[in-house]
Amino acid sequence: MTSPLIQKEAIEKLPSRNEWPLWEVFVRGQNGVSHRHFGSLHAPDADAAIRNARDVYTRRNEGVSIWVVEAKNIAASSPSAKGPLYDPAASKVYRHPTFFNIPDDAGPM
Amino acid sequence: MYAQMIESEVECEDPQKLKEFQNRIDAGDKIEPQDWMPNGYRKTLIRQIGQHAHSEIVGQLPEGNWITRAPTLERKAILLAKVQDEAGHGLYLYCAAETLGVSRDELTEMLLDERMKYSSIFNYPTLTWADMGAIGWLVDGAAIMNQVPLQRTSYGPYARAMIRICKEESFHQRQGFDIMIKMAKGSAEQKHMAQDALNRFWYPALMMFGPSDTDSVHSVQSMAWKIKMNTNDELRQKFVDQTAPQADLLGLTIPDANLEWDEHKGGYNFTEPDWSEFYAVINGNGPCNVERLAARKKAWEDGQWVRDGLLANAEKHAAKIPVAAE
Repeated sequence: MTSPLIQKEAIEKLPSRNEWPLWEVFVRGQNGVSHRHFGSLHAPDADAAIRNARDVYTRRNEGVSIWVVEAKNIAASSPSAKGPLYDPAASKVYRHPTFFNIPDDAGPM
Repeated sequence: MYAQMIESEVECEDPQKLKEFQNRIDAGDKIEPQDWMPNGYRKTLIRQIGQHAHSEIVGQLPEGNWITRAPTLERKAILLAKVQDEAGHGLYLYCAAETLGVSRDELTEMLLDERMKYSSIFNYPTLTWADMGAIGWLVDGAAIMNQVPLQRTSYGPYARAMIRICKEESFHQRQGFDIMIKMAKGSAEQKHMAQDALNRFWYPALMMFGPSDTDSVHSVQSMAWKIKMNTNDELRQKFVDQTAPQADLLGLTIPDANLEWDEHKGGYNFTEPDWSEFYAVINGNGPCNVERLAARKKAWEDGQWVRDGLLANAEKHAAKIPVAAE
């Protein structure tokens, strides 16, 4: 069981086990909004994962559609890459419309 | 609480990293699974979240006892939904614990071979239907007291599980109080059952918050890490202050002759539970410890062929699926 959603240092210490794989669950709350990560669960295969997700995460009409993906198939950026990846955006304030001073009489823009 | 007597684990760590970690927590930053964290933080959380998850799962047993004997079909459907929620809560929490690098099966095995505990409250028997009311009102009420602040805990996956749980927990407490109202306003015999349930569950409910922890070093560490948000005594006081007027509303009497409003303190004075009973129960000598653990062991062992069979079936089908053309 490996997943970017799990502590890496801890994983290496895990004994190998004959467990059902871990699935990440994404639920669409209503048509018109995108699927959102809800949590995870164990299931032997995709069909069972969807059935389990229905019982675990949508007992109160929380969703109209469920996606499941095996946790080991998710790739993620590393927390240590946070600086190099996201810091450069901070200096590019001109990407925001509020950077520009437009005269009021220019009308809606 | 559902997690009682959790001692924080402290290990030798890089002081610079520890300082940066504590700064993040003090600033209200959330810790996510891939972030660096002290080993003590990780291990304490595994114990705490694991014990909480086990409590949700074992907590199904006392109430499961009454599903087949609920007084009406509606009460039965409600109780079924409630017990199903407890299973769901257990699963949310196991998932949160798993992000810390322990597997769910491993946690289950630790429960079964008694390396991990569950809340003392579930080692008491449920003798009458009124106990379903008392459990929802008092036990779930006490759980909410602890869980609402934990929605702000520093560990992201734990906080998110708590948010989901709290949304559902209010149904549990209200259905319990609804049962109590019905019984307390019913026949003399029903009222007697309601009072008897309150008598039996009052002190065990107070024990849920754990012993006084004002002097505990472990509690101080857990509070600094924001994985414990209030002291046991704070929460117990809050619980008594909230519950005493509710008992009046029901026309029932809390079994404590010393219970009285203290104007100066702005809260009730009350009798502490018998802590020797608490230690006996948490160490395996409560009325139902043996029965609860035996039920969990039986469920785990009887389910082994199902887990194996479904996995074998999934592997067989995975082998059959042709690889898509590249």
